Amino acid sequence: MATAVQQPSDAPMILLEKVNKWYGDFHVLTDIDLSVKRGERIVICGPSGSGKSTMIRCINRLEEHQAGRIVVDGVELTNDVRKVDAVRRDVGMVFQHFNLFPHLTVLQNLTLAPIWVRKTPKAEAEATAMKYLERVRIPEQANKFPGQLSGGQQQRVAIARALCINPKVMLFDEPTSALDPEMVAEVLDVMIKLAEESNVTMLCVTHEMGFARSVADRVIFMDRGQIVEQNTPEEFFSHPQNERTKLFLSQILAH
Amino acid sequence: MAAQPGETGATAGTPIPKAQRAVFWNDPRVRGIFYQIIAVALIGGAVWWLASNTIANLNARNIATGFHFLGREAGFEIGENLIDYSPADTYFRALLVGVLNTLRVAVLGIILATLVGTIIGIARLSKNWLIAKLASIYVEVVRNIPLILQLFFWYSLITEFLPGPRDALNPMPGVFLSNRGLKFPLLAHEFAYDLALLLFAVGLIAAVVVGRWATKRQDATGRHFPTIWVNLGLIFGLPIVGWLLAGAPLTFNAPSLQGFNFVGGASLSPEFSALLLGLVIYTAGFIAEIVRSGIQAVGKGQTEASLSLGLTKGQTLRLIVMPQALRVIVPPMTSQYLNITKNSSLAVAIGFPDIVSVANTTLNQTGQAIEGVAIIMAVFLTISLSIATFMNWYNKHIALVER
Ligand SMILES: Nc1ncnc2c1ncn2[C@@H]1O[C@H](COP(=O)(O)OP(=O)(O)OP(=O)(O)O)[C@@H](O)[C@H]1O
Ligand SMILES: [Mg+2]
Repeated sequence: MATAVQQPSDAPMILLEKVNKWYGDFHVLTDIDLSVKRGERIVICGPSGSGKSTMIRCINRLEEHQAGRIVVDGVELTNDVRKVDAVRRDVGMVFQHFNLFPHLTVLQNLTLAPIWVRKTPKAEAEATAMKYLERVRIPEQANKFPGQLSGGQQQRVAIARALCINPKVMLFDEPTSALDPEMVAEVLDVMIKLAEESNVTMLCVTHEMGFARSVADRVIFMDRGQIVEQNTPEEFFSHPQNERTKLFLSQILAH
Repeated sequence: MAAQPGETGATAGTPIPKAQRAVFWNDPRVRGIFYQIIAVALIGGAVWWLASNTIANLNARNIATGFHFLGREAGFEIGENLIDYSPADTYFRALLVGVLNTLRVAVLGIILATLVGTIIGIARLSKNWLIAKLASIYVEVVRNIPLILQLFFWYSLITEFLPGPRDALNPMPGVFLSNRGLKFPLLAHEFAYDLALLLFAVGLIAAVVVGRWATKRQDATGRHFPTIWVNLGLIFGLPIVGWLLAGAPLTFNAPSLQGFNFVGGASLSPEFSALLLGLVIYTAGFIAEIVRSGIQAVGKGQTEASLSLGLTKGQTLRLIVMPQALRVIVPPMTSQYLNITKNSSLAVAIGFPDIVSVANTTLNQTGQAIEGVAIIMAVFLTISLSIATFMNWYNKHIALVER
């Protein structure tokens, strides 16, 4: 197992250096530099197609970058499968469309990775899963199938599923944008509580500005594959520097 | 999405004002009952008309009715039989030979078409351009030529273009391919082979036991066990060890040319080979498409979620993609299995003695056409319903629970 050497606590949790990526001729990510501290909460926003999803998907190598370096907790992502596996064991991800496994019950969704990846005994994995289901406030749904739950409940299960691998980093890719308006709050509540009660490092692509204000240490604005501006939430929203940021903020705040 | 004003409709519990209630002939339940009454009346009328007509005609021509002919001597030869049969046997036994021949083609056809179809379906998804292209050409060609033409093609290929027994092709020692069909060696009777067979059965049982034990232990301790490899060792290793211990004999009952034909060994007739080949190649084209669309129906998001949890590609395929693909694959697969069974009746065209062919001869000889056709229908209905029942049970077993 390619475990990282114990990292000094001031070493960055995630480090991106001059990361570049192309889809054919299309330059999706241009010279991305980003250093994320342990326990830091980052919100990423930007117009559609600006490369937000691509960037965070590179962090657990659902996408491969073609130039530059990505280091997660001291492990650099290369073609080495063992390093990729090691990083994925420590990085949980929540998707826009939940991506729960429809053929497994909620409980089985949660215990799958602990049993097959961490090799935890079943009873222990189930106990941990129940603990997380209680944290996302749906323990009574444990034996239902995902198709029987509402969108908000499904997304909370997906968050619990990612937490069950006991990750050091959580990636969220627009976790609330596929939800009906009345369900957005229940998911955001769970995420805010997670931020308050644990020290997991969070990277969240979202346009929920209220969430960004209450949770984020830093807001990053991306446009055309570049990080255009980054700042604390207060500064970012009240004094945007870049013209593109101003335009974007005026558009989303107009709604 | 903005809901259209009229679209929402009345929710349960909202009383409908009297003026809006439908006139009774617009009520779907009333209509349903009405259509059913008409359907029953039409079917009843048709049956009565057919039956009275038939009885009148049979009486006029002095043809007996009923199934007494089944006990009489058949008096005709059947080219291939899995059970002993001679023309002195009864019609019943002749028909039984036909049923067994149909079952033999159908069962082998289903197994082989599933294997070939699955491989070609996966090949169509291959990242290798050549493999994917070849697989899609196969599917297009095979699906677009009528099965009966394909059967004639294979049959004439075997009977017209293969050499006679004297110049038979000999691709492997002991295997001969000629216009009399395929001849291949059988293992001779030896203690070592019986022992190996016994140990194979023991290995199968042991594998089940090991599988259960491994699951239990994994649940309890979390430790994984290389079940697949150990079980392969048990199932195939045990018989080989037994065979080695018994002296590792290698004696065959090989076919050899005597006069104009082969004796010894086992054989597949040209008719059986052509029918099986045609059915398998044709149906595999359809199964390939079913398998391909089944795998594609499992969204990319499922694989990504699984990988992001740290599962390997193999685990993702086995635990996430395959179980979901199966649900899409099984229902249309059932109809392909039914098709193979029903299409096997095209055996008549190339002279393979399946149930249709035997029943045909029977009804020609006895004149009892209605009974003959009834027997054919009963046989196919029984086989088809058995397949459908089994597949439906399996489908239920794996079906998704939806809201
Ligand atoms: N597999 C792919 N092949 C080719 N182009 C792609 C692929 N995936 C994404 N792209 C393109 O890359 C660009 C960035 O995509 P990405 O999904 O990262 O954007 P995003 O910022 O997450 O946008 P959104 O807010 O709509 O989710 C888009 O223009 C998209 O069309
Ligand atoms: Mg996106």
